[in-house]
This record gives sequence, structure tokens and C-alpha cells, in this order.
Amino acid sequence: MRRSRAAAVGALTLSLALTMAACGGGSSGTEGSNEQPKTLTYWASNQGANLEVDKKVLQPELDKFEKETGIEVKLEVVPWADLLNRILTATTSGQGPDVLNIGNTWSASLQSSGALLPWDAKNFEAIGGKDRFVRSALGSTGVQGQDPAAVPLYSMAYALYYNKKMFADAGIEKPPATWEELAETGRKLSEDGKWGLGAEGSNLSNNIHQVFVLAKQHGADFFTPEGKADFTSDGAVAAVKQYVDLMAKDKIIAPGNAEYAQNQSLSDFAKDKTAMVLWQTASATFKTQGMNEDEWGVAPAPVQSGEPGQGTATNSMVAGINMAVFKNTKNIDGAKKFVKFMTSDEEQIILNKAYGSIPPVKAAQQDPAFDTPSLTVLRETLATSAAALPQVPEESQFETVVGTAVKELFADAAAGRPVTTESVRDKLEKAQQQMPKK
Amino acid sequence: MTTTAAPTTGERTARKNHPGAAPRKRRSGRLRRIGLPYLLLFPAILLELLVHLVPMVIGIVVSFKELTQFYIRDWGTAPWAGFDNYALSVDFDAPVGEALLRSFLTTCLFTVLSVGLCWMLGVAAAIFMQESFRGRGFLRTIFLVPYALPVYAAVITWSFMFQRDNGLVNHVLHDQLGLTGSPPFWLIGDNSFVALLVVSVWKGWPFAFLIIMAGLQNIPKDVYEAAALDGAGIWQQVRRITLPALRPVNQVLVLVLFLWTFNDFNTPFVLFGKAAPEAADLISIHIYQSSFQTWNFGTGSAMSVLLLLFLLVVTGAYLWFTSRGRKATDA
Repeated sequence: MRRSRAAAVGALTLSLALTMAACGGGSSGTEGSNEQPKTLTYWASNQGANLEVDKKVLQPELDKFEKETGIEVKLEVVPWADLLNRILTATTSGQGPDVLNIGNTWSASLQSSGALLPWDAKNFEAIGGKDRFVRSALGSTGVQGQDPAAVPLYSMAYALYYNKKMFADAGIEKPPATWEELAETGRKLSEDGKWGLGAEGSNLSNNIHQVFVLAKQHGADFFTPEGKADFTSDGAVAAVKQYVDLMAKDKIIAPGNAEYAQNQSLSDFAKDKTAMVLWQTASATFKTQGMNEDEWGVAPAPVQSGEPGQGTATNSMVAGINMAVFKNTKNIDGAKKFVKFMTSDEEQIILNKAYGSIPPVKAAQQDPAFDTPSLTVLRETLATSAAALPQVPEESQFETVVGTAVKELFADAAAGRPVTTESVRDKLEKAQQQMPKK
Repeated sequence: MTTTAAPTTGERTARKNHPGAAPRKRRSGRLRRIGLPYLLLFPAILLELLVHLVPMVIGIVVSFKELTQFYIRDWGTAPWAGFDNYALSVDFDAPVGEALLRSFLTTCLFTVLSVGLCWMLGVAAAIFMQESFRGRGFLRTIFLVPYALPVYAAVITWSFMFQRDNGLVNHVLHDQLGLTGSPPFWLIGDNSFVALLVVSVWKGWPFAFLIIMAGLQNIPKDVYEAAALDGAGIWQQVRRITLPALRPVNQVLVLVLFLWTFNDFNTPFVLFGKAAPEAADLISIHIYQSSFQTWNFGTGSAMSVLLLLFLLVVTGAYLWFTSRGRKATDA
């Protein structure tokens, strides 16, 4: 009895102390300090085939930076699956890196936490000004009308990659340009254990990227202009159904793809088991899978077959990686210098060449290295027909709940259960109600 | 040597003879007698506070807050939500509550099956292994391998084996034995429950085996001999001697297995990733997704507190019933 009372008193005191500590640890609006001007910690996202590849690409550049400025950059490459949670933890504890990579679709979500340094005019001036960057890339750096939370680092876009040998074997001359053509081409290719199109049904982000583009083509968005979740509009439902129907109805995606989440569809492509994939900058992966550059072709991702009034010709989301600075960095000047270095024309060419991506810096894009047929398609897409995912604070939740809904629909399709407009709407309705209330 | 030693002894004698020294020594002795246990316990208490109580208290506080990404940088400033998070969690007509309830029921069924199978396998293997025979030591080692393997490595191997097109499970079931018409999915859809159960039992039963084997050592051999003389068969011996004698061991074992299985996070997370299939959506994964994937930390904490309360009630009831039962048999 006495012991439990003591425990209760202890717990009460503790909780009071914690509450007080929590209230006292308020966030001041200060933008970092320069207490540790000689070191920086950098969390790089995993861009290469594995973490070691990234270290090999980045370390020489970091050494170069240290030679120029005397600032040592401690590098940690973080796998994609962990990155967002790591950033969240760092945000909560305040113990994070100075500079970090973020997926550009998370910009608005992370911006809303207030943990990232806002890139106002003054900060942008320090790295050479906003005009150096491609407009579409700047479109996914945060909520419109607010100072961006990050700076574009690598840009990517979706395109249709096709296996030339499989196309030749089936007597198909050119890649499909519309979804109807894609289904038709796919049906010709889907036989004898081979399939027309690959998908990653259990990869939530990939699901989102695909259905977002389709929704745009149906004139729908997943958020209202006021930023409220709007997952069940007719356009959104049609988009999700159209994507899952590629497996359920058109039967050009192998049912097994419903459980793919580790880029297995790219291995199938390289093994001549799948003829097409909709992917962003896949060339580096194909290379590591043992494919030669001339074995595959790239075409713009399909659009709807030109019926009047049906959305725009969007055929990709603006994919890419941004670079951000944690607000509480102890080396704010060094951090800005590092961002300036990484977004300089010279480094942009080196890094984007290594990763097979496209520089979001205009001047660097002019380099002949980015003039290959495949990269030209991606560059054109980014410049003319790519749209940024909704820049709303709830974007990362949207990826989770709608991405999961699509995953479950794929599971239904794979098991041979019907996928109907009602079942799609039902799943999206549930997803919407899981979003935090506003 | 002697010169240095001599003054020391002298000093010590001098101190001993000092009039004030004796009571002080007594006092410090009493202090030591009373204080020592606490002093020794202090590191454990401190760690217990840090590791368990502090996060628990924070969790309870957070469950009453509207904590989303807007406030995670400084969660103390998040607005109070009253009982909103709890109301949302138990509103079984709305998707959030409905999903939580479904996940809870799935977990209950999963736990009953997994604990039951682990226990039965453990008892059977332990009884079988009691008699000494050639290769017993080797078999014992083999049986304990799943328990000794790192969870992550083991479960990820299972996830490879359960892959539909390239996995070993379908290779055996479909390609070699021809038991299924078309290769089934194990990692998505309804079969995922079976896959999860298989891995969980595979991982859990060696522990039951180990504990029961230890328990069997305490049953005197002559009891069996006497029973055999009276004409009791092997099944009767198991029912009338082994199981009653194992009662205290089983009581702890089942409770521990229940708590581990109910809260298991690693197995489903490694097997299915962040979004578990509906059929295998265990409550720990569900809560993780509610808080960390949708960044709704307040609701996630409320769900955790509800889970904690449930486990406390069940554990309390279990201990009360089993100890009452034991007293009755003792009397």
C-alpha cells in the first residue's frame, strides 16, 4: 500500500516535471547558430543501387568541399524506408543532422513541422538565386505562398521504359502513347508467362505516383484547392480503378506484381519477363541488372486518348530529391555553403550524371551528358507535362492511406476478386476518414 | 616498510580511542544497514524509470493531445484534445474505430492460436525428449535454433520463402506436390494470416519447449515408476502426473507467451512491411501505422493506452484465477 502510494507520487511528480520541461522547451524562431563552424552532418537519401554506391559517389565531392572551405562533412546514407521516420525522430528530439535530403513530395509535410530552415529571398540569394532552378522542380519545395522548405537537388520524371527485344519478338514497332494503346500492346505481349506491364503493387509511394498522374488526366486532384482531402471524387475513383484494372481487367500486369515492393518489376524487365514499366530514371538500375543501354527504349508515359475536356496532358509527377537544412543547426553558414556547393553547376553535373537523374539547375542541364535519348524524354516531361504532387501538409499521410488502399485493391485483383467502382470508392472513402481531422 | 606501517597503526588506534568515534560509527552502520538495499536498488530503479515509466507517462499525456506533424517539434505546445482521441478509437462505426476493433479481434484470434500451438508443440517435444536416445542432444540443439536466431534475419528469410512466384513454400506446395491449382499468395490477401501464424509458432515454440523441459526435470522419476506399477499407461501418466506437476511452469509460460504474441511487432513488420494486409493487421502494427504513418500521434497513443489497459486487466484476471485455483488445490 505504502509502496504504491510512493509510486503514484513519483509518477505524478515526474509527469509534472515533464510537462513543465515540455512547456519550457519552446521553439524560438531563431535560424541556427555558428557554434560549430568546422563540421556538418549530412543525411543523404539512398540514390544509388545500394548504400555503398552512394558513399563512393558522394565522398570525393565532400572531400572537395572540405578542401575548399575547411568544413568536414560527416556523411550518413539513409535507406528510403527509414528516411521519413528518421527525420520525424530528429524533428521531435532536436537531435538531427545539419543538412539532409528529403523526398520532394514530403516538402510541405516537413515544412509544417517547422523544423526546416525556410528558404527566403535572403537564403536563396546565398546560393545564387531562385532563377537558377527549373520551375517545375521549385514547385515541389513547399506550400505555395510560403518560403520553400528545401532546395531541389536531383530531378526525375516518370516515363515508359520498354524492352526492345520483347517488342521486336511480338512485332510491335512503336511504344504506346495512350492508355488504350498500352492495354492493346500489353495484351499482345502478355502470353507464355510473359507480361505486358510491370507494377509494384505493395509499394505505397509508387502507387501514389501512378494514380496521381491518372487522376490529373481525369481532371481530378486528391485535395481541394483549400487543401482538404478529396479522395472520392469521380475522377480520383476512375483513376485508381483504371490503374488497378491494368491487372484486374486488361490482365497485362502479372498477379504476382501485387506483392512487389522491392523493385522486383525492374528485375523482371531485365530478365525479359515484363515488356514495359512506368518508372522514374531506371537506367542505373537496368545497368546493375546487366542490361545494355541499347536493349531498352524510353517513351513519354501514356495519356488518355484525347477525349475533349478530360484533364490536361500530365503524364508524370515531378519526382526528385530536395536538400534541406535543419533549423537548429549549429553551423548555419556552413550549411548554406554546403547547399550552395551541392547545387553549383559543376557538382550538379557530376552528381546527376552519377545517379542518372536530371539537374534541376538550368545551367547544368545544358551539359551534353544529359542529351541522351532517354534523358531527353525525361527532361522534356519535366519541362512540359509534369505536375507536382499536392503541396499540402498532409501529403505524407495521403501517401500512406491512399497507397495502402491501392495495395489492397491490387491484392483483390490478384486473388481474382472483382474490382468495381463501388469497391474502389469504398476503399478511398475509408482512406479519407483515416486522415487526421483538420 | 616498518616506518610507514607504524604511524598508520598508531593513527587507527588513536581514532578508535577517540570518544566521539564510537556513536558516529554506529550511526553510519545503521544507515548502511537500512540504506544499503536502497542504494543497491537505485540504479535499477533509475533505469526502470527511464526505460519504462517515463515513456509511459509521456504516452499517457500525449494521448490527451492533438499531436500531429504541426507540433511534433515541440509536443508540449500541442493543443489538449480531452478524450477526443479515445472517442475516435472506440467509435466502432467510423473507419478508425472499426479498423482498430477488427485489428484487435484479429490479434486475439492470432494470439490464441499461436500460443496454443506453441504450447502444444513445446509440451509434446519436451515429453518426447525426456527419454534419452541416440541423437537427443543434436535434436535439442536443432529445436532451439529458431529461438537463438536473430528475429529480423529469420523473418526476412521467411518473407522470401513466402513469395508467390519465387518462394520456396509455393515451390513445394504447388510445383512439387501439386496441392494447389494456382500458386497462392501468402504475403497479401487472406492467406497472410496463415503465413504470420506459421512464422510466429516457428519462432515461439522453442521457448515453450525449453521452459517445459526445465519443468520436467523437477518431477521425481519414482512417481512415474509407482504409477506404472499401478498400471497407468503413458497417456494417463501425462494427464495425471506430468501436466498437474507442470502447472506452475505452465502458468508463467502461457502468460509470457500471451504477452509476447499479443504485442509482437517485429514479425509482422518484417514480413509485410509498413502496411500489413487486412487479414494479418496485428494491433501493434496497426497502432504503429496510426501514429507513425499517418502522423496522428495523439490517436496512436490513445490506442496504446487502451491496449495497455486491456493487457493489464487480462493479466490481472489471469493471475487471480490461476492463483485461486492453485490455492484450492493446495488446500
